[in-house]
Amino acid sequence: MARKVVITGLGATTPIGGDVPTMWKNALKGVSGAHTLEDEWVAKYDLPVHFAARCSTPALEVLSRVEAKRMDPSTQFGVIAAREAWADSGLTEIDHDRLAVAFATGIGGVWTLLDAWDTLKEKGPRRVLPMTVPMLMPNGVAAAVSLDLGARAGAHTPVSACASGTEAMHLGLDLIRSGKADVVVCGGAEAAIHPMPLAAFSSMQALSRRNDDPEHASRPYDRDRDGFVMGEGAGALVLEAEEHAIARGARIYAELAGTSVTADAYHITAPDPEGLGATRALKAAMFDGRIQAEDVVHVNAHATSTPVGDKPEYTALRAALGAQVDNVAVSATKSQMGHLLGASGAVEAVLTVLAVYERQAPLTINLENQDPEIPLDVVTSARSLPAGDIVALSNSFGFGGHNAVIAVRSV
Amino acid sequence: MASNEEILAGLAEIVNEETGLATEAVEMDKSFTEDLDIDSISMMTIVVNAEEKFGVRIPDEEVKNLKTVGDAVNFISNAQA
Repeated sequence: MARKVVITGLGATTPIGGDVPTMWKNALKGVSGAHTLEDEWVAKYDLPVHFAARCSTPALEVLSRVEAKRMDPSTQFGVIAAREAWADSGLTEIDHDRLAVAFATGIGGVWTLLDAWDTLKEKGPRRVLPMTVPMLMPNGVAAAVSLDLGARAGAHTPVSACASGTEAMHLGLDLIRSGKADVVVCGGAEAAIHPMPLAAFSSMQALSRRNDDPEHASRPYDRDRDGFVMGEGAGALVLEAEEHAIARGARIYAELAGTSVTADAYHITAPDPEGLGATRALKAAMFDGRIQAEDVVHVNAHATSTPVGDKPEYTALRAALGAQVDNVAVSATKSQMGHLLGASGAVEAVLTVLAVYERQAPLTINLENQDPEIPLDVVTSARSLPAGDIVALSNSFGFGGHNAVIAVRSV
Repeated sequence: MASNEEILAGLAEIVNEETGLATEAVEMDKSFTEDLDIDSISMMTIVVNAEEKFGVRIPDEEVKNLKTVGDAVNFISNAQA
């Protein structure tokens, strides 16, 4: 029998809250974190998209100036979330050789990389900072969290675009089940609200152009959805072997019952229209967690608000859950905080764990005219989840055909 | 051209910016590594910032000889002369 893995700590910094209590309160209320960007570079480069969802609490309000100087903004968010999750877990005395980190990012230190390139062009090589390489490397956030917490059982960085954060949970579960670690700090971090990524995502027609109404731009499942809204931030979760958590009398939020990762092998960016890879991922996560379709009462959907992305996920959910899909409360939380790319899976994992623990589903906002081709039971007003043993799923899909799913069970 | 006191004050600001150390802690006889706990990466950042601030060039091979704050102040002072 595989070791059971439970979740004992949560952390987040997001566009709808700089910590977990604030984010959760807002997620149940239904707020938008998207706003018009006031930066001079929006006009300077004539960007087609003028808005994004920035973290509601700037990293510099939490970290010291000197600490922040040595971290890319993505790492700053990751460290903030990891510290909150660690404090929340109550872990103090621990064998640090049995503590691992699995902290993901989709893009990594894009601000650092492009700032250094600007410096090289404008001021020459001598002015390129010596910290540039450790700040831009994608494993920078996992390394910083490992250094911060003294995690010596390995620091891993799954990179699978917008599935990265969920893939970190998958890896964390494996590390504990296989006996390589007793505790894993999992998460994802992203900070890509920079003119270049905004231009690049715009070029591929992935971003909403609702420039005159940013708060209503992210509208998953709505007939008039026209793309995702770029978000930023980080989420973090402390995963712990059940016996380890029980031995120290920890507060246990939920069990991480099963996870899975699959690949479409269909197209580099377009989702498989049949949702076959996503279906296999859903079924594999349920099999991994010995979960029956009837156990599933809630799904935190990937649902980015792109015209082509939202429907295949519905197809996959119906294929994996059968008739039970009609009894599942579906939350599309990117409607509130935008798409945090490589951090989205981690933040949504935090929300999914809280939904199971608090028996409340977070809201989906901006759903005015539901796409008739996506007849899901979408949570648009306060919704309690049933008592008893329940399971919630969280999906993440990434460019490259990556599909990752976690299954969270009540304890 | 700056006096040694001005160079020390300017250097102390650069060290403060990079490490958060109080400017008063940056004294002539203090060792960068032993007393101020400045690692090689921070040292390179301080050197490059000092070059810009004082309009001098501090060659990479010279940096290892700048063991104390006084060494750096004297080097900058001589380079400006």
